[in-house]
Amino acid sequence: MSGENQSVEQPTYRVVGTRPIRPDGVDKVTGRAIFGADVRLSGMLYGRVLRSPHAHARIKSIDTSAAEALPGVKAVITGRDFPDPQNKVAASGEGTVNLRSLAHNCIARDKVLYFGHAVAAVAATTPNLAEEALKLIRVEYEPLPVVLDVLEAMRPDAPLLHEDLRTNEMGQRSERPSNVANHTRHERGDVEKAFAEAAVVVEREFRTSMVHQGYIEPQNGTVLWNADGQISVWCSTQAPFDERSQIAEILDVPVSKIKLTPAEIGGGFGGKLSVYLEPLAAMLSKKAGHKPVQMVMNRAEVLAATGPTSGSCIRVKMGADRNGCIVAAQAWMAYEAGAFPGSPVDAGAGVIFAPYRIPNVRIDAYDVVVNKPRAGAYRAPGGTNAAFASESVIDELAEQLGIDPLEFRILNGAKEGDRRADGPVYRRIGFIEAAQAAQAHPHYSAPLAPSRLDPTGKNPAIKRGRGVAAGFWFNWGGKSSAWASLNPDGTVSLIEGSPDIGGSRASIAMQLAESLGVRFEDVKPAVVDTDSVGYNDATGGSRVTFGTGWVAYRLGQKLKQQLKERAALLWDVSPEQVQVEAGMFSCNGHRITIQELAAKMHETGGPIVAGDTFESEEYGPGFGVHIVDLEVDTETGKVQILRYTAAQDVGRAIHPSYVEGQLQGGVAQGIGWALNEEYVYDADGHLLNASFLDYRIPTALDLPMIDTVLVEVPNPGHPYGVRGVGETPIVPPAGAVANAIYHATGVRMTTLPMSPARILEALGKV
Amino acid sequence: MSKTLVQARINGEEVAFVCEPNQTLLEVLRNTLGLTGTKEGCSNGNCGACNVILDGVLVNSCLVLAVEVAGKSVTTVEGIAGPNGLHPIQQKFLEHAALQCGICTPGFIVAAKALLDHNPHPTEEEARRWLAGNLCRCTGYDKIVRAVLAAAEVLQAAPAT
Repeated sequence: MSGENQSVEQPTYRVVGTRPIRPDGVDKVTGRAIFGADVRLSGMLYGRVLRSPHAHARIKSIDTSAAEALPGVKAVITGRDFPDPQNKVAASGEGTVNLRSLAHNCIARDKVLYFGHAVAAVAATTPNLAEEALKLIRVEYEPLPVVLDVLEAMRPDAPLLHEDLRTNEMGQRSERPSNVANHTRHERGDVEKAFAEAAVVVEREFRTSMVHQGYIEPQNGTVLWNADGQISVWCSTQAPFDERSQIAEILDVPVSKIKLTPAEIGGGFGGKLSVYLEPLAAMLSKKAGHKPVQMVMNRAEVLAATGPTSGSCIRVKMGADRNGCIVAAQAWMAYEAGAFPGSPVDAGAGVIFAPYRIPNVRIDAYDVVVNKPRAGAYRAPGGTNAAFASESVIDELAEQLGIDPLEFRILNGAKEGDRRADGPVYRRIGFIEAAQAAQAHPHYSAPLAPSRLDPTGKNPAIKRGRGVAAGFWFNWGGKSSAWASLNPDGTVSLIEGSPDIGGSRASIAMQLAESLGVRFEDVKPAVVDTDSVGYNDATGGSRVTFGTGWVAYRLGQKLKQQLKERAALLWDVSPEQVQVEAGMFSCNGHRITIQELAAKMHETGGPIVAGDTFESEEYGPGFGVHIVDLEVDTETGKVQILRYTAAQDVGRAIHPSYVEGQLQGGVAQGIGWALNEEYVYDADGHLLNASFLDYRIPTALDLPMIDTVLVEVPNPGHPYGVRGVGETPIVPPAGAVANAIYHATGVRMTTLPMSPARILEALGKV
Repeated sequence: MSKTLVQARINGEEVAFVCEPNQTLLEVLRNTLGLTGTKEGCSNGNCGACNVILDGVLVNSCLVLAVEVAGKSVTTVEGIAGPNGLHPIQQKFLEHAALQCGICTPGFIVAAKALLDHNPHPTEEEARRWLAGNLCRCTGYDKIVRAVLAAAEVLQAAPAT
């Protein structure tokens, strides 16, 4: 395999650390797995959404009569069909969501706030007919001035998106309405004094563009609002329980009226934590006479009208003393929230200096609304923007001090007991170990990887360079619930509520198998609907293998205890006397296997079932350090990635292949963000690149193999040492690529993406 | 709109269906024939999730009109496995953990089948070039490319029927 494991201690596990084939694998390679858009119900109608052609406009009137009259059209809805929820905040993944904003984002009421904002929806007997009906809906708009840029939106004379929005200025509500929803400050020590005394100070401003998660499966929802008032929802979601609550609030029905069945989910990366289509499909279903309605977005809708992550403006100033110790760091961060407050700027503020021990810090974070789609979470939300800025500045500091960039990071690296810039004190963390693993990797001492653009090595326009960067993510514990029941043949059925977005059925089943002492193949995991298992927080925040894994561990222990009691009954001893080793129970020369105990379960007291729910706050953050070799064609501006290595403290890799996959996938998204991906709007706020042709994500041809080093510094807060791994790897790539471009060309890139046009501009060639 | 009767061979079976002239092959596969293994990711030929093999040629079924397949042979992901189980490409995808969410997987499996039919011994570069029409957002392609190259080795040793 491409990766390697470096473990600080290696307990003996039978299942943890192996690479079994995932339980849902065969269905996924044969086309049998049912994703949201594959749901088929009898009498199903197809829904489509009419979307705003304006980025900012008042809706003066909507006439749906001609659409309603079209044969085959069964229902037409607008914002007027929905109740208007109060301003109320609910959980959404790691963050929160304002339900009124969410309702207005699903379908506009008086105003449209971005290009693509939903205005009306139609259900008809075929998708094409529904599309035809949209053309018959007449909407009269009064266009309003548009504001797209975060700095322009902050100006006092900027057009206002929400007349009632006031700035929460560090706890105080501003008098004047503003597009600035929130300002937070983190401060420690005396930055002015420390900068005045520093030997070197670097200060730069960075800009990043709005980018999309780019999951390949578009948003979808299939809903039956039945005649008895029961609402059944099938959709692709990371958060079945949170979305159930969101739908209930938006429709103003009790949550118990809704059963949400999570279908297989085709990627999410944070983008499938809140609803878009489901409330519309529900209302169409009701209005169409309780017929099921399926709605699936096309790619243009996904890009224009779901939840990309924020563009941003970040100013970073850092100073170090002559010995190479960072003495002060300051950041001013403004993130575009899109049409409603809630950018991930506060998370960005937590990430920006997280890997380092810095005595004097000030961070100002601004959440700003603009006429773009409402920002959603995207893998380590807010982190990549932040680390691009800070890791570029750190690289420059190291260079000015004449210190190796990895050595500089290790010198200033945070350890257990250090306090993060935004407050918390670290427990056992593995930043130093990850940085040392990168330093020791053959990649770091090897000559630059050979050119791909210029195999002969004779073209002077091709410049190669190497860069490094670090990254951090908080991770998350959250709440999980699950059930396990023993089958008569000694296998275990595991009922969980965490949608499997990247192999978690395997990683959860492995932890139950390890805990109970059975084979991986003896655990049969199933992800079920919201009526069939207790509450589970979202699959997000890099929490499932940690949090739901914790529950699986506890279920194994509970089943084992019951099995001891059954064995004790058979042998007429006390359960405490029964020993258990790898699925074999013994006492006083008696021996019995789990399979034998299972076969006797109805003679020894009946079914053996365990249920549990658990929440741990000791999730343990993750740190990664990346190395990239790349080349820049200084004639065309094209950047080609030549070699990439990602080292990360993963706590404990339950299924190493899928942990490597998380690192590789995060790196690939980070490279896309660094080099190509951006939302392109015209001055009036029309999105110009709403397709996978023009919004270009990396292909197999754009990337090399991605080497991984899984550094295992076990998390003391988990029985097997698990830390979340999924989000950290998207944090370093933009900074690493920017630093490598600098070392190749001598030019510091301060804007993402570092596209050919921007590279040529920075090189002074255009 | 008047409808057309189309007869074609799909995954080895003679199939007849009725479609409208503006319906794509993808729509007919998924909605008329119930073959939902072929996925829709972009509807305009940029992601490869809807890849099928049409008379030996790899195509995006979202860019093919259903009426165009009259008299032709179509292989979808449902037609890749043999009577004795998974095709080596599918098996190697599982062993190499070459899928995370799995939505792009049917397209990649079909594209890889077309690649290995066409070029049984691709280099890494050739495999990457061929698969560049298929987007995956989860894996970074590393394990996909390894799985395809590993499947080529298996097929070289014992060609699948």
